[in-house]
Amino acid sequence: MTELSIAEEPVPAPARGPSMQQAINLALEKVLEEDPTTLVFGEDVGRLGGVFRVTDGLQRRFGAERVFDTPLAESGIVGLAVGLAMNGWRPIPELQFDGFAYPALDQIVNQMARMHYRSRGTAPMPITLRLPSFGGIQAPEHHGESLEALFAHVPGLKVCAPSDPADAYRLLLQSVRADDPVIYMEPKARYWDRGPAELAEPTEPIGSSRVVRPGRHATLVAWGAMVHRCLQVADLAAEDGVDLEVVDLRWLKPIDADGLAASVARTRRAVVVHEAPLTAGLGAEVAALITERTFGDLLAPVQRVTGFDVPYPAGPLEPQYLPTLDRVLLAVQRTLEA
Amino acid sequence: MSAPRPADPHPETTGTASPALLRDFYRTMLTARLLDEEAVALQRQGVFPAYVSLRGQEAAQVGSAAALDRDHDFAFPTYREMAVALALDVDMVGYLASHRALWHGGLYDPMRSRFAPINAVVGGPVPHAVGWALGERLRGDPGCAIAYFGDGASSEGDVHEAMNFAAVFAAPVVFFCQNNQWALSVPNDRQVAGGSIAARAAGYGMPGVTVDGNDVVAVHAAVREALERARSGAGPSVIEARTYRLGPHSTSDDPGRYRDPDEERRWRERDPIARLRAVLERDGHADTAFFEEAEREAGEQAIRIRDGVSSAPPPGGEEMFTHVYREPTEALRAQQRAWREEAEL
Repeated sequence: MTELSIAEEPVPAPARGPSMQQAINLALEKVLEEDPTTLVFGEDVGRLGGVFRVTDGLQRRFGAERVFDTPLAESGIVGLAVGLAMNGWRPIPELQFDGFAYPALDQIVNQMARMHYRSRGTAPMPITLRLPSFGGIQAPEHHGESLEALFAHVPGLKVCAPSDPADAYRLLLQSVRADDPVIYMEPKARYWDRGPAELAEPTEPIGSSRVVRPGRHATLVAWGAMVHRCLQVADLAAEDGVDLEVVDLRWLKPIDADGLAASVARTRRAVVVHEAPLTAGLGAEVAALITERTFGDLLAPVQRVTGFDVPYPAGPLEPQYLPTLDRVLLAVQRTLEA
Repeated sequence: MSAPRPADPHPETTGTASPALLRDFYRTMLTARLLDEEAVALQRQGVFPAYVSLRGQEAAQVGSAAALDRDHDFAFPTYREMAVALALDVDMVGYLASHRALWHGGLYDPMRSRFAPINAVVGGPVPHAVGWALGERLRGDPGCAIAYFGDGASSEGDVHEAMNFAAVFAAPVVFFCQNNQWALSVPNDRQVAGGSIAARAAGYGMPGVTVDGNDVVAVHAAVREALERARSGAGPSVIEARTYRLGPHSTSDDPGRYRDPDEERRWRERDPIARLRAVLERDGHADTAFFEEAEREAGEQAIRIRDGVSSAPPPGGEEMFTHVYREPTEALRAQQRAWREEAEL
């Protein structure tokens, strides 16, 4: 298998359409336009347009009542969203960085996720919590976390993570239009990727995965920025005659168990790749779902390639922490040789 | 089960209220007291796994709730606001169902009652009140929110975040703190630095007042004023009602381990119901016939609610699944089907 370092990663094809960060902006613009009860708020999302410029221009266009800055307090932001939702609004709060979701956990877990249940279905809770997520941008501590397993574990939440601009657009429209709270995890490392010029409406239901590259010999399962990494792996493996299928999970709750099973029933081998630490990560859930449904078809145990069970490391160590091309390729090799 | 008649009723009261309103206060406070006694008894009988008595806080709760505009305002309680629920005509069987452990949050309809689900994370609902209130302002609607919390919850970060947000947004919300002196076993001097929750309002640039929480008229006047201010667009305020939790924190608690019986005795002498009765008698607003009738009616209502909650059917097991999402996931549906198959075996 080819050995590659991060510096030698293949350069993505030149792009034409909006970047992911622009696609999310366009999706926000669309929902603000189509639904007068939508509100966008958070730290620095107004005049500045967000630290990643995802909300750029929205306050100018929709006014400071629909798109507004809040004080710097994540629990307060989510708590505000819960109260607004109870009063008939459709809030789209942003927490500036993944690691700052921790100060808001009580409001997310004990309040937002449970209010509909606690009220026996009477209190509406259609909140889309936007969370710039995952690593890969050499950011300071708390700016590169992968919280999907934590959120997916909480009853009442739905969780998604797009991997490219076109899907970021579709998933955001779906999340906002959904009547349940959704954690929308934006892969920071892919914010500037460009995609097709045309952005389209979602056509598949919440919880659908998609095959982003069909293949015959093994299935790679990933979400967020790791989808791109898996596509790189598939390109490299193809040079050695190994034909890998890449499944973009998209929805981390609910997970498309049938879609996973359909892919793995064909390829009979699976490797799940995520940035989060290994232990009790979402890869374990994915592996269990695949195994439950395709045990008889599997030719090898489901492999996991993940971050390590360590706090997210600082800049120079980041490329070694994140699943490298080599680590994924080695896992593919293991599953093929099993 | 009778109306309290302590030796030193402290009949003085601030502010004014019509005799009819005073008599209403009395009836509601007395009903709350008798219902509270029934609820404690239900716990002793094993019907409730636990109960949290509001004994001693009737004036703070009824006085504040009575100031609300029932068509427009919305109350966000924690878990000791039974007399608020009563004053707002919440379905009390549904309310107490929470204490019978039939459904966390209660079985009443919180949206129609304009009284949020019972919330056991103290301080947690306070930012919800701010969000709800901001929602009114954004829509140009006249409603105000009232956030109930205690001296213990005043230490929670959420309460501070909520106050700051409310002041920044000029949200029409009233932060109503019932300072009942004890956060479970921890007294005010180990809980509230500086000694005043109302004083914290100044730091957020809003008015903060302390009222005698056992004086229903004073409480009512303070909340009415704060609501008028909020409704006029002048923003939030803090009211600290100084009162006392005459009973234990919950039926599982033993205050004998941490507080002085003399202190309890001193506060019993300032019982809010006895004080109101003394005012009504002093000013000739109520006669013996009124008090007898009020006691009879309150007792009957308390027993009706007690019997209702004792015999209320628990929600079916399907409800364990049906309210998790508006749009349930296939994975949850599959779990529900599996549960149903097992349940039907």
